[in-house]
Parts: sequence; C-alpha cells; structure tokens
Amino acid sequence: MANVLIADDEPNILLSLEFLMKKEGHKVFIARDGGEAYELLQHHKPDLLMLDIMMPRMNGLELCKYVKSTDGFQHSKIIILSAKGKEIDIQRGYESGADLYVAKPFSTRDLVAKVNQLLSA
Amino acid sequence: MNSLTIVVCSLLYLGLLFGIAFWAERRERTLVARQKQSLLNNPYIYALSLAVYCTAWTFYGSVGQAATQGINFLSVYIGPTLAAPLWWIVLRKIIRICKIHRITSIADFISARYGKNRGLGILVTVICVAGIIPYISIQLKATAVSFALLSGQSSATHAPSFLTDQAFYMTLLLGAFTILFGTRKLEATERHEGLVTAIAFESLVKLIAFLSVGLYVTFGLFDGPGDIFERASQQPALQASLTFGPGHSSADWFWYTLLSIPAILFLPRQFQVAVVENVEERHLNKAMWLFPLYLFLITLFVLPVAFGGKLWFGNTGLDADGYVLSLPLMTGQKGLALLAYIGGLSAATSMIIVETTALSVMISNNVVMPWLVSRPAWQLKLGNQSSRFVVYTRRLAILTLLLISYGYYRDVSDRFSLVSVGMISFAAVAQFSPAIIGGICWKNGAQAGARLGLIVGTAIWFYTLIVPTLIPVLLPESLLTDGPFGLSFLKPQALFGLNSLTPIAHSVFWSLFFNVGCYVWGSINRPQTALDHNQAILFVDVFQFNRPSENTAIWKGKVSVDALRKLLITFFGPEQSQQTLERFARRNRLIDRQSYADPGLVTFTETMLAGAIGTASARILVSSIAKEDPITVDEIIRILKTSQELMTVNKELERKSNELQQLTQQLSETNERLKQMDQQKDEFLSTITHEIRTPITSIRALTEILHDNDDVDTATRQQFLGTVIKESERLTRLINQVLDLERFESGRMRLHLEPLLLRDVIKDAVEATAQLASEKYVTVQFLANCPPTPVVADRDRLMQVLINLLSNAIKFCEPEKGHIIVRLIVEGATCKVSVCDNGAGIDPALHSLIFEKFYQVQGDHRKPKGSGLGLAITKKIIELHNGSIDVDSQPGHGSVFTFQLPLSTG
Repeated sequence: MANVLIADDEPNILLSLEFLMKKEGHKVFIARDGGEAYELLQHHKPDLLMLDIMMPRMNGLELCKYVKSTDGFQHSKIIILSAKGKEIDIQRGYESGADLYVAKPFSTRDLVAKVNQLLSA
Repeated sequence: MNSLTIVVCSLLYLGLLFGIAFWAERRERTLVARQKQSLLNNPYIYALSLAVYCTAWTFYGSVGQAATQGINFLSVYIGPTLAAPLWWIVLRKIIRICKIHRITSIADFISARYGKNRGLGILVTVICVAGIIPYISIQLKATAVSFALLSGQSSATHAPSFLTDQAFYMTLLLGAFTILFGTRKLEATERHEGLVTAIAFESLVKLIAFLSVGLYVTFGLFDGPGDIFERASQQPALQASLTFGPGHSSADWFWYTLLSIPAILFLPRQFQVAVVENVEERHLNKAMWLFPLYLFLITLFVLPVAFGGKLWFGNTGLDADGYVLSLPLMTGQKGLALLAYIGGLSAATSMIIVETTALSVMISNNVVMPWLVSRPAWQLKLGNQSSRFVVYTRRLAILTLLLISYGYYRDVSDRFSLVSVGMISFAAVAQFSPAIIGGICWKNGAQAGARLGLIVGTAIWFYTLIVPTLIPVLLPESLLTDGPFGLSFLKPQALFGLNSLTPIAHSVFWSLFFNVGCYVWGSINRPQTALDHNQAILFVDVFQFNRPSENTAIWKGKVSVDALRKLLITFFGPEQSQQTLERFARRNRLIDRQSYADPGLVTFTETMLAGAIGTASARILVSSIAKEDPITVDEIIRILKTSQELMTVNKELERKSNELQQLTQQLSETNERLKQMDQQKDEFLSTITHEIRTPITSIRALTEILHDNDDVDTATRQQFLGTVIKESERLTRLINQVLDLERFESGRMRLHLEPLLLRDVIKDAVEATAQLASEKYVTVQFLANCPPTPVVADRDRLMQVLINLLSNAIKFCEPEKGHIIVRLIVEGATCKVSVCDNGAGIDPALHSLIFEKFYQVQGDHRKPKGSGLGLAITKKIIELHNGSIDVDSQPGHGSVFTFQLPLSTG
C-alpha cells in the first residue's frame, strides 16, 4: 500500500483517479489545485504524485521541480497527467523531473499497470 | 539736479555700454576657438535687438502724443504687431536672400535685385540719408532736452557755441562707439557681436526705465489706473482724447498703421538688426511674438503717464513730451528721474548707433566703392590698402552723418515734435516697399520700374512733407494756400484737391499711389536686362535654389583664376583669400591648378566681394578683369532650368525612396500581423484540443471503470453515469460554441431578425435559468412591469446572450446568498439590459480580457467550469445587433454586465 496524492482542478477527473487508486489498495489524498497539493505534500510525503499541469495557484511542473529538489522526497515518484500532448510539453515534463508523462485521455488499464510498475521499481 | 551728476551718470552709462560691447566681442573671439554658441544665437537677444524700433520717440514722444491726441499714438505699434505673423513669409525670404547674396543693407538689396544696378543703390542711399538725418537729429534733441529738464535749465535756450554744448560731446562719444563697434570688420555681412549685444541691453534698460516710471505714476502718484482714468474722464479735454471724435479720423489710423508696417522692416536700422545681424531664420519664430509683447509692455503705461501728467501739472504749459521725466522729478523722486533719463538716453543712443552704422555701410558700399572701383587709376593707387580704405570710408561717413545731424538739430529741428519727424522718416522709408515687396514676389519687376517708382514716390514725399516745412523761411506762404503759380490742385498739402487727410496720411497716399503705379508701369513697359532677369529669378525663387551662387552660376566668359585671387587679396589679404579659395575648391571638388575660372568660381568671388563692398561694386570689379561675353536671356533661362530640373529629379528620387520605405514598412507590418494571427490560431487550436480532451478524459475513464468493474455499487454507478452524461453535454456545448464562434469570425453567421419585445425575451430567459438558480438557492429578480421595448433581433441569439449572462451570474454567486437583478431601461433611441449579481466580482484589470475567447476567471476551483467562449460569443452577438456590451465590477462587490441595443423605430 502506498500514499498517493492526486492533484487536478477538474473534479470529474479526480473522481475516476480516486476510484482507480483506492481499488488498487492505496491511500489517496485529493488536491483540487496546486496550492492544496503543496500543503498536502508537506504532511504526507506521498510515494506517488499524479499531477495535472494547468492548475490554479501552482502548476504541476513547479510542484514536480519542488519535489525533485527537496530533501525528504527521494522516494516520491511523479506521474504527470496532462491534456497537453505535444512533443515540447512532454519534454518539459520530463525536464521538470517527472518519472512518467501520460497524455489525457488515457486508458485506465494502462495507467494502473504503469503505476504498479513505478511503485514496485 | 546738478549737471555734473547727470554728466557723470551719462558717461558711466555709456562706459557700461562700451564695457558690454567689449566683453561680447572678446567672448565671441574666444568662442570661435572653443566652438561654443555665439551670444547672438538666441531668439531673445534677437527680439530685444529688434526693439531698437523704440526710440526716444517712443520713450518721450508717445506720452506727448497721448496727452494731446489720445490713443492715436498706438497706431505705429499696432502696425508691427499686426504684421508680425507675416514676417515668417516676408522677412524670412529677405533674410535668406541676403545670406545667400551677402547683401549688406537695404540699398544693396534693391540694387542687387534690379540687376546689381549702381544708380539704384545710390538713389536708395540718398533717400535714406535724407529721410533719416532729421530722425537722428531729434534723438539728439530729445537727449539734450531731457538733460536740460533734469538739470533744471530752461530747455528753450541753446548753448551759445557748440563747444559748450553737452549734446555736441555726446554726439562725438556716440561716433566713437559706433566707429569702434560698427566698423570692426570689412565684411559688412558679418555680425557685429558687441554692437548688437549692447543694443539688446539698451532695449532692456529703456523698457525697465519706462515701466518703473509708469508704475510710479500709476500707483505712487495715483491710486492705480482706475483712479487716473476716473479723474481724466471728469476733464472734458482729456475725455475727448479717449474717443474717436472730431480731429481723429479713422483714415489717419489706417495710414499710420500701414506706414509702420514697412518701417519695422525697411528702416535702415531695422534692416540691420532684423536681417543683416540675424543668426538663424528660426529665431523669427520667437521674435514674432516676443517683439509685439515688448511693444505691448512699453506702451502699457503711456496713457496713465500722459493723463497723470495732465492732471498733475494742469495747464502749466509744461511740454508733455517731457512728462516721463518731469513727473518723478517734480514729485521729488530724483533717483527715478535719473533712471528715466538713462532710459531715454538708451532709447536715443541705440537708435543713433545702429542707424549710423547701417547708413555708413550704404554710403561706403553703394556710393563710394562703385565710384572708386570704376576708376582703375584710383584702384592702382590704393593697391592692397583697399580694405582699409573701405573701413575708413565708413568711419568718415559715421562722423559726417552725426555732425550733420547735430547741425540739423541746432538749426532746424527745434520746430518739430518728436513724432512728426519720425513719421516723415517712416514715409520716406515706405517708398522702398513697392520695389522690395515686388522684388521678392514678382519676377517681372524691372529696374526701370523700380527706379521710376522710387524717384516719383520720393519726389512726392519731398514735395508734400518737406517743402511745407521750408515755409515761410525759404518759400512764400502762398505756395501752401494757393499752390505753385496759383495752380491750386498742386497745393503741397492738398494734391488734386484731396484735403481731408492729415499731411502725413495725404503724403503717404499720393506718394505710394504714384510709386506703385510707376513701378508696375515701368516693369511692364521696359524690358528687363539679362542680369535683371537673372537676379529676379534668384530672388523670387530663393527657396528653390540652395546655393545659387555656386550651382546656378550665370556667367559666360573667360577670366584667369589668378586674376580673381588678386582681386580677393586686395580686399581680404593673402591669408584669408587663400583659405576662402581652398574652401570653395574643396566644396566643389575642383582640381587646384586650373588656369581659367569656371562660372561657379567667378560668381563665388563676386559674392564674397559683395559682402565687403556691396553688390554693384563687386559686379563692376569682376567685370573689369573678366572678358565677359554677353549673355542672353535665353541662356539664363536654360541654365536656371537645368538646375531646376536637377532639383526636380532629386526631389522625385527622394519621393520614390520615401515611397519605397513606406512600402517596406507596410510589408513588414503586414507580415507581423500575419505572424500574430498565425500565433493566435495556434493558441486557439491548442486551447480547443485541451478543452475537448478534458471531458473526454472523464468520460473515457469513468466508462472504462464501469466496464471493467461489475461490482460497483449502485450509488457510485449512478454518480459515474451522471457525470458521463454531464461531460458529454459539456462536450456538445463546446463543439457548438466553437462552431458558432467560427461562423461569427468568418462572417457567415446569419441573424434571423424579427420584431420582438425585449421584455418578453428576458422573461423567457429568466424562466429558462430558473432551474439552475433554484438548485443553488439563488434568487433572480426581474421587474416585469418595465416597458415592453420593441427591438428587431434574432430571438434565439438574444436568448443565448441572456442565458449566458444569467448562468454566469448564478455560477459566480454563493449558494443561498446569491441575488441577481435584471433591469431593462430605455434611454433615448437605445435600450439597456443589465444583469447585476452580488457574486465574487472581477478585477478591473481583467475587464477587457474576459470578452476574449478562452479567458476564464481563475477563481474558486469548486465552481463548475465553462468553456471560456460564452462571453466572446455574447459580445459577437450583441455587436452583430449594432449594440455594445460592458462590465462594471469590483472584486467582492459583484458584477454588472450591461448591453445596449438600438430600439426598433418601426
């Protein structure tokens, strides 16, 4: 069982992601914007972060950079989930330190498989 | 007051003038080395130097005139003020001509314009000398009278011999000053730095002095201007002088005003300061209003002082010309009286100094030099001393002029007031205006016409203004009353029976009438010579030829460079001549060792000489050493045409290049705009895909979950399916809106216009959103008793707008607390619909952004999101209905969206 933080400003996307992660037996924390995610991070030191890019207050890439450059998060894996699917966006995501970049819309089965792969690595 | 004190003060003042002039000259010499700007390169100094116009006549005479004739004195200040805006056209042209042709005086100007004619130069010089000497002499008189008044002597008695007369010594001192600072350089076109600086200083002194007296009389002796005029109006004699009654004819006003317009430009001293000493044409810009301002200031207190004097002294027989001095003196203000005296002295001396300088240049360059250079024997004798000879001629001329003026003052001028002599001079100078104005505007104006006009005009001036002054001493009284030989139509003051004008107006009318007539007649009937025609074109079209002296040289013949060099050396010395020639060669890229001069060099030499010894003399000199072939008018026209064509081609090229530049700029602007549009399209596409992907992501994820998990409980299943439906609707809405927007932007949107009642449409829209509102417990209020408001509009589109605004309002209101008011008002030919909520409000900085596509207010994330297209579409719809939409909002204070539509008129 892992701690999973999901941040997205679209409530309906949160709905599906939360369901999927809970079903895999993870403990799930929900953030509805970048700022909320930043606060939750400090307390729960999640093993996995699923971040949208375009969020109010703090965007996913900034969060990503923060986690990767801060002590206490060495174990944290990051998946960026974004509707931005261009080469340049994917490249930027990896440059910010993401472990995986998944473009929306995604296949739930693939996503769950990749999450498990990441967590067991 | 003690005479000695006054003499010492006068000497101190003149010493100060010397000091200022010396300082300015020294400063200029060191400036050349340091490449700094000359003191004269300053519009304020220029405008002040123009104020040499205000002589003792202004300082003493206008008060005298105002005391006897009221506001008549103003006419000679109104003329220049009215004409000042014209300076930009007339004076600027004259300045440009004089700079290019190195013209040194008004006589030189007329002589140069009409074929460099020697006779015309002499004629103008003679007219000037004859017209100006009385004028100078009354300046001396004014100084002497003011001295006598201040020292308490009776002004009526002359010193028995000139040796005991202070005026004589002052004349000599002024002569020394003028010689020192007016004849420093050979080239009369060069500026007299010291002289002009001193003159500008004197203008300041006389202004301050007069204003001080004016203020003292107005506020010291009386209780302000109101008091003076109040008291004056109680005296019938004074009251009459304030109105145009009998004795004041408006014709006099007209003629006096008219007379002062040429005077301000063509009086030798005015021509000297305004044209010859001008540094930059653009100084005219400021002088055009500064100089009238000066005139205004110096005439401001004339009436108060005049009336003050009349009231104070009553009819004690004191000469009103002396009020400026006697008022402070008699009331015990000795210091102020002395200041007034110094002011009068400065007014008189500045006039005398500049006038004699200008006249001396005329005499040397237009009378003596042409005569001298046409006598080879004399020239030989002088050899290299020629330049010194020119300067000595001028010095001698200055002394002679001053002594004649002094003599005139002692023997003749007693009989006239300051003003009448001034006006006689003005009338003399006015005779130049047809020749000058015609000369710069009319190419056919010819030498014969100018000469005839000047002679006839001056003769009439002499006959009507000077002859009467010689009665009864030299001529019998009967001339005035019966006319010569009993011919009454030739009476000097009523020519051809015209007896309704004052002598000055009468003289100006007839002299100018015949002057203009003769000028035009002569110009039309006597053919121009080639040179005459050449000069006419160069003068009239001066702004079209940049450097006519070099580029459009009109000369045909043969002369060796060596001969020209010798000629220059005679007047400028070997060193300066060599430098000048080298400069010319550099500018025109000439090979140094030519044996024969080209026309450009010949013209250049002639122009250089003209600056030193006058146009006519230079002409005579150059033609004496050159074997000149006669040049025909056709050839001149051909040469001028070539140069004009060259300039036209140049202008055409410049125009083309400008056009090209403009085109390039337009092209790059268009390119920039296209780039921008391309970028906008990219952004639009990427935003759209993002907006479409978001609901699809939810739909896909939720359906996949339901598909893969049979064990999902009913409540969750219901929630997921409901979300899928909502997201599908969102997708549909988005696609519809994008298509709408595309139709609006491409202009393919067609409105189905029909007559509607706006009130009913709003009612329907409120009903349509009632469900949404009640879900959030938000109240929507619409006052249905408002006017029905007929409009012609597309009902569906209007509903779209209203529903959009209403659902936005509901969306941004807090649940249960939200309150929305819809208002409909009719204002003139438009109606206004406003949707007002008490929701979150919008930062004013964002007001213009929210109507752009895909702009979404970043707010609380719990709020349902829109597509970001609603307001963009709303705006398009309103604009398509010829209306407008606006928002008024502050964060935390709700928002008001208001749109206007035109009312249907049918």
